[in-house]
Amino acid sequence: MTELFPAFLLPALLAGLALAAVAGPLGCFVVWRRMAYFGETLAHAALLGVALSLSFALAPLPAVLFVCLAVALILVVLQGRFLADDTLLGILAQGSLALGLVIIALAAPGSGDPTAWLFGEILAVTRVDLGGIAAVAALVLTALAALWRPLLAVTVHEELAAVEGRPVKALRLALVLMLALVIAVAMKVVGVLLITALLTIPAAVARRLSRTPKGMALAASAVGILAVAGGLAASLRLDSPSGPSIVVAALGLFLLSLLVPQRA
Amino acid sequence: MSTPLLRLEQASLSLSGRLILDAVSLQVEAGRITTLIGPNGAGKTSLVKLALGLHRPTAGTVWRKPSLRIGYMPQKLQLDATLPLSVGDFLDLAGSVSPAQIAASLAETGVPELAKAPLHSLSGGELQRVLLARALLREPELLVLDEPVQGVDVLGQTELYRLIGELRNRHACGVLMISHDLHLVMAATDEVVCLDRHVCCHGHPDAVSQHPAYLELFGRSVADGLAVFTHHHDHVHDCAEPSHHHGHGHEHGHTHEQAREHHHD
Repeated sequence: MTELFPAFLLPALLAGLALAAVAGPLGCFVVWRRMAYFGETLAHAALLGVALSLSFALAPLPAVLFVCLAVALILVVLQGRFLADDTLLGILAQGSLALGLVIIALAAPGSGDPTAWLFGEILAVTRVDLGGIAAVAALVLTALAALWRPLLAVTVHEELAAVEGRPVKALRLALVLMLALVIAVAMKVVGVLLITALLTIPAAVARRLSRTPKGMALAASAVGILAVAGGLAASLRLDSPSGPSIVVAALGLFLLSLLVPQRA
Repeated sequence: MSTPLLRLEQASLSLSGRLILDAVSLQVEAGRITTLIGPNGAGKTSLVKLALGLHRPTAGTVWRKPSLRIGYMPQKLQLDATLPLSVGDFLDLAGSVSPAQIAASLAETGVPELAKAPLHSLSGGELQRVLLARALLREPELLVLDEPVQGVDVLGQTELYRLIGELRNRHACGVLMISHDLHLVMAATDEVVCLDRHVCCHGHPDAVSQHPAYLELFGRSVADGLAVFTHHHDHVHDCAEPSHHHGHGHEHGHTHEQAREHHHD
């Protein structure tokens, strides 16, 4: 371990592993509910949250959460009105990303290159960051475990779940909140442009190996952890950017998984 | 007189400014099967959603017996292919149910061997029986079935209707179901409500099948076909009927044909 990962890399590695552990099961819901593009939109909007936090000297986490929830709300209000869903998502995603970049450049000219926000800078993860990431990962994993059956019921058939007494709207909101939380802390690790990959690729790989929803959630965690460890190790050896290296590692696992026959 | 479970009084529903249901009144009682029939777009599924409380009426009232236990069988299950789910796991989502209850429910709907089968692998008829098993897990006083025989071959349809009748007897529950089918359902129901945004006519199946409003809606030729073909017949061809030549009847006959095509998909 020390050979592969020197001590200075430890906070980065632990942060990545914690993130992968929670992104696996959460990503399964994203894939099952076909929310990948929705997750992407929230991730792009997160940069606007960063811009707000830089402009008004707010803590980044609440600012990002606020913007993500605002975007989710706008989406609910405008959905199905006059634009197709994917068009609306595209406008919100690209619009908030561009707005975020402009505001950052104007309001915080000293903040320099926005690349770190876009593609992550895991090596800059501090112990404080690590604490935040670990806390969010633990919180969301606990919530997922506690709400597992209701969330799955709503995912399989919303109206049937509603007739059976599940609080459908509250569960949907809980899922958006969890997604916003994970995106907010994932930004530092893989950046806003690559977060969705960490949610969807491990889940897609896990699908090929699993027969049950729980099995798929656990497998997705494992795949994500492998991708983070592999990507970071490669990044260290090749001096490649860490966020993209993690996603490339996940992509490699996905290609490998295509060799495995699909399970029922 | 049996216990009323559900009562709609002059219930109307508008969705995005469009009138879907117009002053519909109907009552479902314990131990009785009430069947909704009507052409596509008649508002049958919307009426079911009103009954279930998934929609609120824009006018009129929907009354349900206090703390009524409802077992609901939705029209279709669009399960994403990426979600690996066995029949047993699917039934487990109904609430706090034991594996024994799940096994009993599957046995009751005639598919005890499917507990471990992946949901994606089921045939149309098997899936309908699994959905019915999930509705039964609620120990329902009222079963609400949205096109329970959808995607089932004609022989299987008769069997399913018979099963629904048995379940009604065994559980003494009321049944509200939607059917596209005009002849098979006649034998399996106590009350037919013929719907085309408003209630065109209702009553005992024999009476409804001769009612002018029913004949208007589905075309006289179909009703004649019903009288001739006492049991199911794959193609009740409206086109061969002379009554088809006047325009109005043609229009309705055509609607009905579309309904049939949809049904046999």
